[in-house]
Amino acid sequence: MIIRFFHQMGSPRYFYSVAGKMIPWFMTSFLITLLVGLYYGLFVAPADYQQGESYRIMYIHVPAAWMSMFIYVVMAVSGLISLVWRIKMTEVVVISSATVGASFTFLALATGSLWGKPMWGAWWVWDARLTAELLLLFLYLGIIALHSAIEDKRVAARAVSILALVGVVNIPIIHYSVEWWNTLHQPASITKFDKPSMDMSMLMPLLIMAISFKLYYGAVVLMRARAEIVERERNTRWVQEMVEQEVK
Amino acid sequence: MSTLSLTSAFSLLLKRDLVLAYRRRAELVNPMLFFVLVTAMFPLGIGNDAKLIEAVGPGVIWVAALLAALLSLDSMFRSDYDDGSLEQFMLSAHPVSILVLAKILAHWLVTGLPLFIVAPLLAVLLNIPASAIPTLMLTLILGTPVLSLIGSVGVALTVGLRRGGVILSILVLPLYVPVLIFATDAVKTAIVGIPTTAQLSILSAMLVGSLVLAPMATAASLRISLS
Repeated sequence: MIIRFFHQMGSPRYFYSVAGKMIPWFMTSFLITLLVGLYYGLFVAPADYQQGESYRIMYIHVPAAWMSMFIYVVMAVSGLISLVWRIKMTEVVVISSATVGASFTFLALATGSLWGKPMWGAWWVWDARLTAELLLLFLYLGIIALHSAIEDKRVAARAVSILALVGVVNIPIIHYSVEWWNTLHQPASITKFDKPSMDMSMLMPLLIMAISFKLYYGAVVLMRARAEIVERERNTRWVQEMVEQEVK
Repeated sequence: MSTLSLTSAFSLLLKRDLVLAYRRRAELVNPMLFFVLVTAMFPLGIGNDAKLIEAVGPGVIWVAALLAALLSLDSMFRSDYDDGSLEQFMLSAHPVSILVLAKILAHWLVTGLPLFIVAPLLAVLLNIPASAIPTLMLTLILGTPVLSLIGSVGVALTVGLRRGGVILSILVLPLYVPVLIFATDAVKTAIVGIPTTAQLSILSAMLVGSLVLAPMATAASLRISLS
């Protein structure tokens, strides 16, 4: 049953229709969790005893940072699958994820610097996590640039898959080297607030927001995948029939 | 062809690439010249402050080495791609990753080693104390092969592209960060007079790791680029 499902999902046509049915579910549950998460995060959760109200940007910043790493791993895993088993749909997932991942990384960086200004007094500090996130953004941009530079999209998808795999091997190395570099070269000039074990009233909205962002990613990646499928399969009969029906 | 052993294929390819490089001697000097020029620009930009120049010296030398390596990467597979010999390598009976390793080694001997040779001169220019120069040389001899190895993956992915240059730098520079960090840190530590075994060990580990993994990724990327 499950195996059959996976086999069917490998067919672009089937994937297209299933994805089309799933998108509304992802979208509505995303909107619901977003509203709930934002309401609890912005209104119900108590103010931080040190940072006051400005800590609330965390409810965007932290889930975005989580997503930036999560999506890269998703890309690398689906890249591996598409290289080993040559499944077309995982190729589509790799490239559909890249832009979303880059956006989340940028969002994490932007909200981080907005948060840093009142807390640290600077828009940007060469903190280990910020630097690692910046390098992650560069990795995403490299993937997007490579994909758009190669004209044959199937070749492009495989090239991007290799790049994602090389990147995922390097991310831990980059992460730890940046951390080492930071601790050696930057004495504790930034007093980062001691992270107290978070109260449930603060943690719950954060988790809801994290789920919400994942649902958003699911919806967007399916939308982008559908667009990609139509573009790739534009010469097949089912796409042409579908377009003809749309025109009527 | 079928009687050719892997070692002789490796050494033949290495010899061929070195001979080809030697025939174009003028190009051999280019990475070295670039390395010296970029390094010489920094004091002009920063100002004539001996203390400051000494402080940024290791970083400047290594960033210049990074850029010089990046600039020379494109030539790694370019001519072989243009004249079709790359496709012949793909068709050969030997594992492509080993053949690729020969090409990377030749490329490093031609472009990476010269940087190592002029580095002491630049170290003197940037007021790096003589006691730290052996460490600088060590980081270069351990680090520049890693640059060539990691870079080869990027080149293999972009070799078929008409304007691969900028994309290559976006792909490769983030991956160079760990080398940059540990190499400059080793030199800075050596200037202060603290042992640098830890940084050098990590650099060696990176060299060994990339020596094993990069040729395989490069071979796979070349297959994709040529498909």
